[in-house]
Amino acid sequence: MSDVSAAIEVEQLVREFRKGPRAVDGIDLAVSPGEIYGFLGPNGAGKSTTVLMLTTLLPPTSGRAAVGGFDIVRQGSQVRSTIGAALQEAALDPILTGREHLLLQGTLQGIGKAERRTRAEALLDRVGLTEAADRRVGGYSGGMKRRLDLALALVHAPRILFLDEPTTGLDPQSRAALWEEVARLAHDEGMTVFLTTQYLEEADVLADRVGIIDHGKIVAEGTPAQLKAEIGSPTVEVAPVDPDAGERLAELLAGFGTPARNGRGSVTVPLPGAEAQLAEIVRALDKADLRVASLQLHQPSLDDVFLAKTGRKLEGTAEEEVEDPAPAAPRGRGRRGR
Amino acid sequence: MGAETTRLVVGAETGQAPGLLEQIGAVAHRSITRTLRQRALLVFPLLFPLILFAINGSSLSAATKIPGFPTSSYRAFALALPFIQGALFVAVSTGTDLARDIETGFFNRLALTPLRPTALLVGQLGGSLVLACIQCVVYLLVGLATGVAIVSGVGGAFVLLALAVLIAFAFASLGALMALRFGTGEAVQGIFPLLFVTVFLSSSSLPRNLIKVTWFRDVATYNPVSYLIEGIRSLIIKGWDGQALALGFGFATLFLAITLALAGAAMKTRLVRT
Repeated sequence: MSDVSAAIEVEQLVREFRKGPRAVDGIDLAVSPGEIYGFLGPNGAGKSTTVLMLTTLLPPTSGRAAVGGFDIVRQGSQVRSTIGAALQEAALDPILTGREHLLLQGTLQGIGKAERRTRAEALLDRVGLTEAADRRVGGYSGGMKRRLDLALALVHAPRILFLDEPTTGLDPQSRAALWEEVARLAHDEGMTVFLTTQYLEEADVLADRVGIIDHGKIVAEGTPAQLKAEIGSPTVEVAPVDPDAGERLAELLAGFGTPARNGRGSVTVPLPGAEAQLAEIVRALDKADLRVASLQLHQPSLDDVFLAKTGRKLEGTAEEEVEDPAPAAPRGRGRRGR
Repeated sequence: MGAETTRLVVGAETGQAPGLLEQIGAVAHRSITRTLRQRALLVFPLLFPLILFAINGSSLSAATKIPGFPTSSYRAFALALPFIQGALFVAVSTGTDLARDIETGFFNRLALTPLRPTALLVGQLGGSLVLACIQCVVYLLVGLATGVAIVSGVGGAFVLLALAVLIAFAFASLGALMALRFGTGEAVQGIFPLLFVTVFLSSSSLPRNLIKVTWFRDVATYNPVSYLIEGIRSLIIKGWDGQALALGFGFATLFLAITLALAGAAMKTRLVRT
């Protein structure tokens, strides 16, 4: 392994199934301690298979990986004591209460009786389930189940947390709340988070770095800003009030970049200088007395990155129905500078 | 989410992995809690065998007129059957519960803890044991209430309960084995008709020596279920029959040993961890 200080290190990891293609096809990645790593890809890309291997629940066909400094094949029990995991679908017992889940998990993790009661209370409080603690989980909403799932993964205070599509199917409010909690775990408490998602905005808002996986291979990796910068500059689209003014508008915007004509006189031009050039464009339009119906700045998205790297769009490839793929960002929490 | 002040001590010491008994206790506590909270799990396995007992007890009483029939009360003769039928229900409920854990991913959650496969299997069977105990006591009390006298006395009643619970535990292990082997509730429920036929092809309705159809008598003779039933029945209608009890306890123990060993091996395979 190359980076001994990494929380998660993966080298040429492969998983083949008997009657299928390579679910994971020789991936390499490294996640630093305290980092949120977003593993982005459509359904069937290999995200969950990777998580199952890294959490020791599925042996790899070949390759190597270490989690928390422990080899996932030879030191499985040490890996498991280092990690917490909330796997796809909240795996809960509908007959038990939230508190009973936490106490059972605490017992099996070897936490003493008094301590596990204290931790259960603290975690219930933390995920906002104190009032529902003694209700059976079968009556919980999807968001409550996910929050309990997260609390269960945290019972033994792991250093590394694996979250496999933690917000799939959640309403926007529940999703935002979960994002906030995950960001707090990493940024305030130094927990390393490996998060798989099929939501672009989730990776964009939450992850310090993103790996894009498709057909079992990592096709791009970097910070969201780096990945977007790789595929080009932002563009501005200007639509004149008078559709016949399109020609004049294109001539004017040619001073900023190569203009592209759209319908109804609208013109798009790339802005290498991003927002700084926007003011200049507005001044130029004003000076030329060109009345504008709309002016929109388009930032490249991770979807554009996915499109550039794989030739197709990520959004819309998901098979599962979701309530809203684009909830609000975590409240009052910016991305950590890196 | 909740309070801002609650902080985890990331990477904190969580203590030693719990001992085997503590692990078994934790899983068993969950299993028993589940069993007691699912009333349908308790009611139907109680009702169905008792309904059959009531029907058989009244409609087949003429069988006692057959020369050589070992008792004058068909109800006393038939009381052994609910214990075996109850054991079949225990097998199905144990297997279905375990299969549900596998299907929902709860099994994976447990696999991520230091839980040992043995603890998971034995603990899981804890709920089945409680269910079996409740069933057996109810069957016995209903039998007594309907006028069945236990010829072996109070001591015999306790031995009867011990044998019946042992049998139910063995069937529960079979249910667990099916769940671990196939991983779906449907597969587990699929064994119920097979088990029911196996019970039917035994000495459940008549003593083996009074079965006139040769092939049926041969099948019943080779069917271990006959000896489980006869072990229980001997305490009710005969008293202390050493041979019947030895065969009953012997087959029950052998059945339990085989199903438990196979279920243990299946658990290790199912609980794949590196």
